[in-house]
Amino acid sequence: MIEQFPAIVVAVPLIAAAVCAIIRHETLCWLIALAVCFLSFVGCALMLGIVQETGPISYDMGGWAPPIGIELRIDELAAYVLILVSLVATAVLVYGRQSVRTEIKEDLRGYFYAMYLLCMCGLLGIVITGDAFNAFVFMEISSLAMYTLIALGADRRALAASFQYLIMGTVGATMYVIGVGLLFTITGTLNMIDMADKLGPLLSTPTAIAGMAFIVVGLSLKVALFPLHLWLPNAYAFAPSVVTAFLAATATKVSIYLLMRYLYTVFGFAFSIEQTPIPQLVLWLSIAAIFAGSLTAIYQENVKRMLAYSSVAQIGYITLGIAIANATGLTGSLVHIFNHAVMKGALFMLVGGIALQIGTVRLSDLAGAGRQMPMTFFGIVLGGFSMLGVPGTVGFVSKWYLAIGALENGWWLLVILLMLSSLLVLVYMGRVIEVAFFRERPAGAPVLKDPPKAMIMTSWVFILACIYLGFDTGFTVGVAQDAVSVLIGGGAR
Amino acid sequence: MMEGLNELSFVLGGINHWITIFLIMAGLYIIVSRSNMIKKLVGLGIFQTSVYLLYVSPGKVLGGTAPIIDPAFSEYSNPLPHVLILTAIVVGVATLALGLAITVRINEAYGSIEEDDIYQGEDWT
Repeated sequence: MIEQFPAIVVAVPLIAAAVCAIIRHETLCWLIALAVCFLSFVGCALMLGIVQETGPISYDMGGWAPPIGIELRIDELAAYVLILVSLVATAVLVYGRQSVRTEIKEDLRGYFYAMYLLCMCGLLGIVITGDAFNAFVFMEISSLAMYTLIALGADRRALAASFQYLIMGTVGATMYVIGVGLLFTITGTLNMIDMADKLGPLLSTPTAIAGMAFIVVGLSLKVALFPLHLWLPNAYAFAPSVVTAFLAATATKVSIYLLMRYLYTVFGFAFSIEQTPIPQLVLWLSIAAIFAGSLTAIYQENVKRMLAYSSVAQIGYITLGIAIANATGLTGSLVHIFNHAVMKGALFMLVGGIALQIGTVRLSDLAGAGRQMPMTFFGIVLGGFSMLGVPGTVGFVSKWYLAIGALENGWWLLVILLMLSSLLVLVYMGRVIEVAFFRERPAGAPVLKDPPKAMIMTSWVFILACIYLGFDTGFTVGVAQDAVSVLIGGGAR
Repeated sequence: MMEGLNELSFVLGGINHWITIFLIMAGLYIIVSRSNMIKKLVGLGIFQTSVYLLYVSPGKVLGGTAPIIDPAFSEYSNPLPHVLILTAIVVGVATLALGLAITVRINEAYGSIEEDDIYQGEDWT
């Protein structure tokens, strides 16, 4: 049974999605989705245990041995991202039932859960597969589901945002597949590890470099690396709250995982980092992302859109580790993948609660709401601290590793920039706190209360995780360090 | 004279690649330059089509036959690219269908499918 887990965690959500689309009964679909997500999470957690004990798992799909057949391959990094995706998917479902009921039309809710499962299936598939083309197929499964989920937003702007994402996302995915095609023409294989072996002597050929360029640009579009982030703010701002919480925590992270897989496993650390201008390019783009994202966030009226721009900045921190390119910086990057998912997930969940209770998330409508919805806004304050990088929160841990990594390279200027960028977080998170706590609620405004228990409790589990993981870094940093030693030490063999 | 022949074979020998490059650029140009959403989807379709050619054309082995094992033949074309592209075509069709469905909904909600109209009249902050 346990050796079939790699196939099960992907196949079961896929089948369950079809079942949900047929049943369409809201409660039943929700229960199915919840059960499936939770089982996937358990499966992924068990697989991490196996990987830590006996090394990477390789699963021959359909009994065909790689490199001919499709290989599912789980090493420590993959298991880490798998756990993140399935954990967030489960938590968001527990959180989101009420929110789905208010934001999505009754006859569409069954389909909503079907799409949600498809999206999770695609994201898990991208991480679990060891086959370059298979990754493209899963990428499209998750993306098509995402476009649909975003278009379900109540506001008509959600439709335009979804269309914009569809165009840019498809261009990104197509560029990725062009890159894979070029590599396929010179290596004749699609298995990532086999490709890495065969690419060895061919790395400096124009075809390999062109393929690399297409893959890196295509995936950067999916990652929303500045300046390819234009689809992200609107998509996050106008999607249903549940979808935003799920996507913000998982979608871009999975793309970053795939990008790292290519840079380190397929092309190899020695080539990607030492012989191409990718680190310098990513360095400047990351710094630009951090500052442009944070500065734009300051001027947003819509809190969801503000957090979306902040995500652009946080993605900059994650890619910064690729540019720093030493073990410490990369550890910071991987830790931040998890940490950012936890804190942004929590913040978007709390903001989803606000959308449910107040009906809007515009700053001007939140005046004085802090005292009437204490649990929600206190959570936002703690989440904000974490984004800021206050010691004792997860935000501090990842920034610490990034800063130490930068110092190891002698880039003290970058450390100063990192600190300055934290001040910008203080400005935009501070605006929300100022409006919510220090302004008077307009006279005659309806009295507010915190959203239902399920929403508050799941959000707070994430908020508390922000603090817990800020003190006990055994899981995040431990796994990240193991993964980094494999990535830098010559790929996942 | 020989130089001219070399250039000719450079142009004609890689004709499939030239067409691929043309399709990539034409598709991207349409996506970027048009504001009409249907036209954008057409551009996207052309852009994706370039990939089909990129994959399928190197799969042909000169002198090889269809990959059905038979004692009479020893050389076969590579069937894998065709299989991959069948998948990619399905993905392309699904994307186009979803894109058109969203365009229909946008037309219902905004009364226009021009991106310029949609982005002008709306407060996005």
